Amino acid sequence: MRLARFRDLTLVPVILLLLIVGAVLDPTFLTAGNLTNVLQQQSAISLLVLAEAMILIAGKFDLSLESTVGTAPAIAVMLVVPVAAGGFGIGLPGVLVIPLALLIGAAIGAFNGFLIVRFQLSAFIVTLAMLIIVHGFLQGPTEGKTLFQLPDSILYLGSAVWLGLPAAVWIAGVLFAAGIFGLGYLRLGRALYAIGGNADAARAAGIRVDRVLYGVFIMGGMLAALAGILETGRLGAIGNNMGVGWIFMVFAAAVIGGVSMDGGKGTILGALTGVLVIGLVQNILTLIGVSGFWQPVIYGSIILVALMISRIAGGKAQD
Amino acid sequence: MKFHVEARNVVKRFGPTIALDGARIAITEGETHALVGRNGAGKSTLVSILTGLQGADEGEVLFAGEPAPALADRDAWRQRVACVYQKSTIIPALTVAENLFLNRQSSGGTLINWRALQVRARELLDTYEVDVDPRALAGDLGVEQRQLVEIARALSFGARFIILDEPTARLDGPAIERLFTRMRSLREQGVTMMYISHHLDEVYEVCQSVTVFRDARHIMTRPVADLPHDELVAAMTGEATTAYEARLHTPGDDVVLSGEGLTLAGRYTGVDVSVRSGEVVGLAGSAGSGKVSVAETLAGLRRPDAGTVTVNGTRVRPGDVTAAMRAGLGFVPEDRHHEGFVPLLSVGENATFPIARKLGRYGVVFPRLRRAKAEEMIGALDIKTEGPDQPVGDLSGGNAQKVVFARALVDDPRALVVINPTAGVDVKAKQALLGAVEDAVERGAGAVVVSDELDDLRICDRVLVMFHGRVVKDMPRGWTDHELVAVMEGIED
Repeated sequence: MRLARFRDLTLVPVILLLLIVGAVLDPTFLTAGNLTNVLQQQSAISLLVLAEAMILIAGKFDLSLESTVGTAPAIAVMLVVPVAAGGFGIGLPGVLVIPLALLIGAAIGAFNGFLIVRFQLSAFIVTLAMLIIVHGFLQGPTEGKTLFQLPDSILYLGSAVWLGLPAAVWIAGVLFAAGIFGLGYLRLGRALYAIGGNADAARAAGIRVDRVLYGVFIMGGMLAALAGILETGRLGAIGNNMGVGWIFMVFAAAVIGGVSMDGGKGTILGALTGVLVIGLVQNILTLIGVSGFWQPVIYGSIILVALMISRIAGGKAQD
Repeated sequence: MKFHVEARNVVKRFGPTIALDGARIAITEGETHALVGRNGAGKSTLVSILTGLQGADEGEVLFAGEPAPALADRDAWRQRVACVYQKSTIIPALTVAENLFLNRQSSGGTLINWRALQVRARELLDTYEVDVDPRALAGDLGVEQRQLVEIARALSFGARFIILDEPTARLDGPAIERLFTRMRSLREQGVTMMYISHHLDEVYEVCQSVTVFRDARHIMTRPVADLPHDELVAAMTGEATTAYEARLHTPGDDVVLSGEGLTLAGRYTGVDVSVRSGEVVGLAGSAGSGKVSVAETLAGLRRPDAGTVTVNGTRVRPGDVTAAMRAGLGFVPEDRHHEGFVPLLSVGENATFPIARKLGRYGVVFPRLRRAKAEEMIGALDIKTEGPDQPVGDLSGGNAQKVVFARALVDDPRALVVINPTAGVDVKAKQALLGAVEDAVERGAGAVVVSDELDDLRICDRVLVMFHGRVVKDMPRGWTDHELVAVMEGIED
């Protein structure tokens, strides 16, 4: 544990360095307003990182999370709003829209789990297919149109401010705290590490491996749906491309945060530092006026450099 | 008579194959009972039935005269029987303490108290005198320490019966001795043990009685003390066989493989080896002696800091396996699962990798030529397989090792380097493999045999004993076990 804790904090110097660099490059960087802005922008994607970190630690994979971000809230909204606003015309009560979205996220996760755990298909290919299918379920019903007229209930969480900070930041913060705590101090959380490290050994130790994996995929789907709800509230609409392309950033954040693609290694705290690094870099690049079209080069380079550093520090060859 | 553990008339089928056919075993309280048999005799299936991982199709299992608990009741099983499996069940990324208390990290309540967990782990390790830091990552431990952690964990559930499934397979000589000392002290504390091993001398050393399985059936159960070695082997193989008889070789004058002044920091220093045609040279030593590294250097798998390797008169570029093979070297690596074969590829393809260039033209391999060559090797080494197209991963350990030998021998090498040739294979396969080495030598090759097993070294014309990275003695044929071990341990020079 002691060693693991220490490894969690390897990105802290990088975060400090970024804060210093940002402050030097642009005077508005170190203002409360800007930093709050960074946190709010990252809150939705951070929930995906949380979900992916848990799934990776358990030794699996989920690419479809990014499609759930747009599809879960969109379908939930369409079940509620009238046809004129782009809905199905079923007209369920508006207060149900958040529970519905979470339910859809859970259902997608459960289906992933079914294919991967029960059918024993490759998690990579299954969720790649699901990434395409689930995004299709956003484009199909909306016919590519953006949903503008949304019930107030779905807008609230992404736009409200609690005690001076956006509600989304509070929510992400609380969930990360729960994740750090749960994976560090609960038997169920430790079971993820055991399964990702050696599933046979976990089974021999009495862990219900299949059930835990199902739970992880369902949890992942729900977190992705929640991320979609927060993003919807922040933007005030559900676009056709919501969530598209996020998964690369999610993996980048998880991996530079020390979560292993081979399973069984990494922590939620580490993943959180990964999100913060990505968020700060993004913010600094925007502030100093680097074109959004060039930013991917920088992000890709960050991942490579992070991998090289961990290869040199860890000394072991990576698969 | 009441037995501590008993299995009666157990039948277990896997589809069309019968893994156990009316098998039985009865183990008296406080004894160490060996279970032996060739690969596929049903030993592993019995282990999974005795540990409650699988249910028997027929028959019953009794603990202290009571019927075994329901399969779903893992806790009840764990209080009755503990098992140290052949495959490690340690999770490398977690600490020793967490591995010990996996899925029961919290003693009470739901929260894990890491400090209390460490204290409990410390106590458990102290109880069984295991000198390992509970805070260390399990992946950083050596094989022996991991195994001790597994034994401590197995016993911590309160079971008084423990199954050790081939515990010595990956340990070196001194570590095996320490394991045996530990087993004896457990026995003095009244722990009953079932011991599975391919090494019959170990059975004689630590067990009081032995049960033999063959072809899914129980063959015999006897006290070890008055059981002749030959009779035990005969019971296992179903025919009267004698111990392997090493042949006499007539070494020629030409040196086919030599290493001069080989040095690799941290592994070995100033090693000279020279093998003549028709000669078998053994390399012996304990795990850290550097014997495997020297052999891997001769084969080109490792690049030495200094020194030269000459194969069949050609000075080979150091660290270049391809060059060594072209010069006429055949190589059987230490761990067949790791470097020996590609499990998903066929027997034929695995066996002919080194000569693929000779089986076709312009980079194309002709399937017909490969098939013919593969069938020739299957016949020569008596590999039990459905044919050249069967994946090697489906074969038993002994036959998979024969495929590795086929790969080494397929180009009729002038020099042969084999490391642990008989690891994890049964008596008959062992004899066939040693025979294959001697056959090659009689055809004029020179061989280097590295092994932890004294039996393998008996075919050597001389044995170079290594200690801490240096060759300390060159022992001609005719050594006794005691003499050789004494030199290996550095007790005598």
